[in-house]
Amino acid sequence: MNTTISAEDRKGWMSLLAPADEARLTELWQGYGANPVCEFLRAPEAGGVMVRGRMGGSGAPFNLGEMTVTRCALSLEDGTVGHGYVQGRSMAKAEIAAKIDALMQTAEAEALRAAVLVPLAAERQAQKDARAAKAAATKVEFFTMVRGED
Amino acid sequence: MYVAVKGGERAIENAHAWLAEERRGDTDVAELSLAQIREQLSLAVNRVMAEGSLFDPDLAALAIKQSRGDLIEAIFLIRAYRTTLPRFGYTQPVETGAMACDRRISATFKDAPGGQVLGPTFDYTHRLLDFKLAAEGEVPAAPAAEPRQDPTPHITGFLQDEDIIEREPVSDAVPGDLTREPMAFPADRAVRLQSLTRGDEGFILGMAYSTQRGYARNHAFVGELRIGSVPVEMEIPELGFAIEIGEVELTECETVNQFKGSKTVPPQFTRGYGLVFGQSERKSIAMALVDRALRWEELGEDNLGAPAQDEEFVLSHADNIQATGFLEHIKLPHYVDFQSELELVRKLRREAAELAETLAAREAAE
Repeated sequence: MNTTISAEDRKGWMSLLAPADEARLTELWQGYGANPVCEFLRAPEAGGVMVRGRMGGSGAPFNLGEMTVTRCALSLEDGTVGHGYVQGRSMAKAEIAAKIDALMQTAEAEALRAAVLVPLAAERQAQKDARAAKAAATKVEFFTMVRGED
Repeated sequence: MYVAVKGGERAIENAHAWLAEERRGDTDVAELSLAQIREQLSLAVNRVMAEGSLFDPDLAALAIKQSRGDLIEAIFLIRAYRTTLPRFGYTQPVETGAMACDRRISATFKDAPGGQVLGPTFDYTHRLLDFKLAAEGEVPAAPAAEPRQDPTPHITGFLQDEDIIEREPVSDAVPGDLTREPMAFPADRAVRLQSLTRGDEGFILGMAYSTQRGYARNHAFVGELRIGSVPVEMEIPELGFAIEIGEVELTECETVNQFKGSKTVPPQFTRGYGLVFGQSERKSIAMALVDRALRWEELGEDNLGAPAQDEEFVLSHADNIQATGFLEHIKLPHYVDFQSELELVRKLRREAAELAETLAAREAAE
């Protein structure tokens, strides 16, 4: 197991996998072609988490409402442990995420990053940019008119 | 009181079979897919997520299909489902200041830093039926412009820098959770906000409107309204650090309200806050107005006896699932109850008739 992995790196790929489109993630994962032997430490399980907001956007927290999350934990034959925490209720997606998390801690990391994470990140950024570009096109300049009675 | 009844299984089964058939409608018309509901009735999906208090667009679409478009029934289905989910934990508070905004407007500052961004809005449409939609056709791509890379700061931040608006006390206090503890009064602001954000849109709208019409008027400006996506981070115990577990679309409304000041506080603006799942603009503005009205006591204002100031009244009647559950139960068999009422009324009538007879007989005798 690679011990040089920082929490920041791991947070990066897990955060990319969590909101990923399931169909696209599955396609990229299958394209990568790995099917490591794994043992479940925690079988995929769907649940809810309570999302919090802050009063006035910056004050004390309050409970806003829940969202669905599916989690799973597994270990590779060499004992490397992978965790999957993904948005939604897909057991399959949580399992893929956990396998990727485990393999990203092994010598396979660079190949896997290039095959799955890099395209996933690029596509996510492109989607965000496309929305931001449409928003930018609706930016207005309001001019106040002088009122007649003044 | 509802008393259990037996029997009727066959009729109930047949009623449900017919319900399924009616739900499907004319089979010559193509069946709706969940993806169609999710993509093309997205504001209905948003409402079901907000009031069902569960962010999951696919589930909300399923609930809308199952309920034949009855959104309160759909919200009921989501609420029932969410009670079956194990609770994995609580997230860190979402950073709405870092929102990727589809829409962001301010009614108070024309030249708001970050700009006035209309987004996909109904505003400025003429509210005329568009018969082109009755025919199928491709929609041209929306125009694009150079996307902004800079963050979009909260408008209230600028007022705060000038110290002319009240500051939100910064705190990491654990908020009450009405899905775990039943609501008790007085409720603190955290529980009030949780109750309002999942409350019935129509009810919250009516309450907010009442404040505008003069029942505890608090003269709200929409300081800012923003709609967009924010990442949701949660600390994962087995990892020992926080990761993003997904992304949610939110609508946030911050109102800027008048406040005369008090003995200890100089005149300054006050705040109302609305934050709702999905693109839920009307609801989040209404939530902010009602939040502000309910804050009368902490701001040292007078209780004018207005409904929107009465937290017990507002919070006890905001939940459409509680309301519809109690309202609709009266259509279920109440035969035993009614039999006893019937007996009572018959007895009273008999006694009244007997009394009248006795009196008439006495009069005749005299």
